[in-house]
Amino acid sequence: METFLQQIVNGLVVGSVYALVALGYTMVYGILGLINFAHGDVLMVGALVSLQVILFVQKTWPALGAIPTLMIGLSVAVTVCMLLGYVIERAAYRRLRNAPRLAPLITAIGVSFLLQTLAMIIWGRNYHSFPQLITTAPLQPIDGVFITPVQVVILISSALLMTGLILLVNKTRLGRAMRATAENHRVAGLMGVDTNKIIATTFIIGSGLAAVAGVMFSSNYGVAHYAMGFSPGIKAFTAAVLGGIGNLGGAMVGGVVLGLVESIGAGYLGSATDLCHLPIWAQSASLQTTCANGGSFELLSSNYQDIFAFVILGIVLIFRPTGLLGERVSDRA
Amino acid sequence: MNELAEAIPWLGSRNPKAARHVVLALMMIAPLIAVLCGNTWVRILDFALLYVMLALGLNLVVGFAGLLDLGYIAFYAVGAYTWAFLASPHFGLHLPFWLVLPLGAGFAACAGIILGFPVLRLRGDYLAIVTLGFGEIVRIFMNNLNYPINVTNGPQGINMLDSLSLFGWDISRHIPITENFKINSLVLFYYVFLLFVVGSVIVIRRLQISRIGRGWAAIRDDELAAKAIGINTRNMKLLAFSLGATFGGVAGGLFGSFQGFVSPESFSLMESIAILTMVVFGGMGNLGGVIIGAVALSLLPEILRSVALPVQQQLFGHVILDPEVLRMLLLSLAMIFMMLLRPAGLMPAHSRYSRPELVIAGKEKA
Repeated sequence: METFLQQIVNGLVVGSVYALVALGYTMVYGILGLINFAHGDVLMVGALVSLQVILFVQKTWPALGAIPTLMIGLSVAVTVCMLLGYVIERAAYRRLRNAPRLAPLITAIGVSFLLQTLAMIIWGRNYHSFPQLITTAPLQPIDGVFITPVQVVILISSALLMTGLILLVNKTRLGRAMRATAENHRVAGLMGVDTNKIIATTFIIGSGLAAVAGVMFSSNYGVAHYAMGFSPGIKAFTAAVLGGIGNLGGAMVGGVVLGLVESIGAGYLGSATDLCHLPIWAQSASLQTTCANGGSFELLSSNYQDIFAFVILGIVLIFRPTGLLGERVSDRA
Repeated sequence: MNELAEAIPWLGSRNPKAARHVVLALMMIAPLIAVLCGNTWVRILDFALLYVMLALGLNLVVGFAGLLDLGYIAFYAVGAYTWAFLASPHFGLHLPFWLVLPLGAGFAACAGIILGFPVLRLRGDYLAIVTLGFGEIVRIFMNNLNYPINVTNGPQGINMLDSLSLFGWDISRHIPITENFKINSLVLFYYVFLLFVVGSVIVIRRLQISRIGRGWAAIRDDELAAKAIGINTRNMKLLAFSLGATFGGVAGGLFGSFQGFVSPESFSLMESIAILTMVVFGGMGNLGGVIIGAVALSLLPEILRSVALPVQQQLFGHVILDPEVLRMLLLSLAMIFMMLLRPAGLMPAHSRYSRPELVIAGKEKA
């Protein structure tokens, strides 16, 4: 039972990071119908920039407390990523808005690899350890279930950010313009919405969220790396599709569900596929020696954790392309 | 071959016959020139030919049928691992190449169908991301299938693969002509690969102008209309996936025999993207363009490497951009700028088999 609760806690934490990233995908997709492949790499840039800034601040003003240092790092990262998001939209995507569908997609892949390469040039290929500014001593709300303060902060702040985004989209003038542009950007233009500005704003907001998610991701795992964006990027995309792409609520639900499935799956995959637990198999001569001394014969170990996202993505797209809550889009593309 | 002739801009259109001869001659003497510059360059040419084959296979899927496949390298992996399983000391099997190569191609084709079935209904970017997932799943399995039973030997990969032997003659051995002069095995590999590439070009060209090829073009330009005129889109798409995969499988087998070693590292997403870039760079749907794209993008990083490294040494005293970084930089920039400036590629496909304006108009409506 403790294991199960522990996996739920881990899943919620990872899931809320996925959800933040998924929001960026889903907003851009909702408005442009484009999968912004480079979104995961914006997350990576966010993490590495904040790392650099935090190290710099720690060196220059060592007297500054941990929280202000983190805040400085975070805000610089967010600013840089917002700028980056704007530049990407302006330079790579805007000119291709009316091109055949494959063109912006291929450009997006190019941008993604360009960002990775540049990060590799600047920060090298090594894994950098990310300073643990919030204490990592785990709390124990229930016996046997651990949660670190970092994880608590991640959960709370991502909930706050998501609420903020929902309010922004549903209650403000900017949000209304965004929804109108997503609905039909030509008509929105006729109604006096500056669609170019709205699209750029969408990219900026999405990139800002990705930067926050990057800092969270790195603080949680304690590392940053030039290729760290790929895996959360692809998983967040899966989350967006799972929830129903183009739908903000869906992205959040999808992120959390994916995080839970992944961490529970990883926790139990090994023992679930352990042939020693199957009486018929365990009796067979070939396995008896392996299983005898408490050994195991796991067909799939937790190394396969990463395939969950892809399998879920495939299943959702094939059986329920609308996602958990969303409109059908898979053959609109 | 006509497509190849057009690779030479002005001669190709004025005097295709002469251009064809020039191209043929170039293909034949390329390794002999390269051998003068050192064995590395012959090796690079060999790899360029493998990339040409991969790009041709991917072009069949992306360029002809319009199905964006980001997991293409998985089929290459299937071919290479088939070779590794059936012709290496790993399982103690040493089957002859005329058995292993078709088996690898067949397995790859099956993998293509396995991938094709679930993604039949998907188009565009969704298809791209699911195929990417397929490629990653294959790689994850290659990495982890060393436990509980050692199938793939995990990240270490499998080594000491058998080399290609034709009629009992191992082409990885140098052929001594006289005491001091021998025919380099790398050169031999080049000609063998060239044979396969030429064969592929002929097959693919025939396919393109056949009923099947026209069916693919129709699906690419407007799937609904293609269905309406009686094209079995399901079978056509599956055929595209499996045929495309077949070429990947053959190339994979050749790669295994040439390299003598396979590991999951060779089949990363980056390689899928690199092949896609070659197709896009040269011109999707145009065989000549794709070949030029593949040759250019596999040779350019190497040329850059040999030029840029000494220059960096001279200027900064140490190497700032290592070859792998240079390659990634080149590929990603090629992808972005090609799409922005010349979206149809260096050599755009002929309008007879491709109507880009139709594609644009169709998408606008949707």
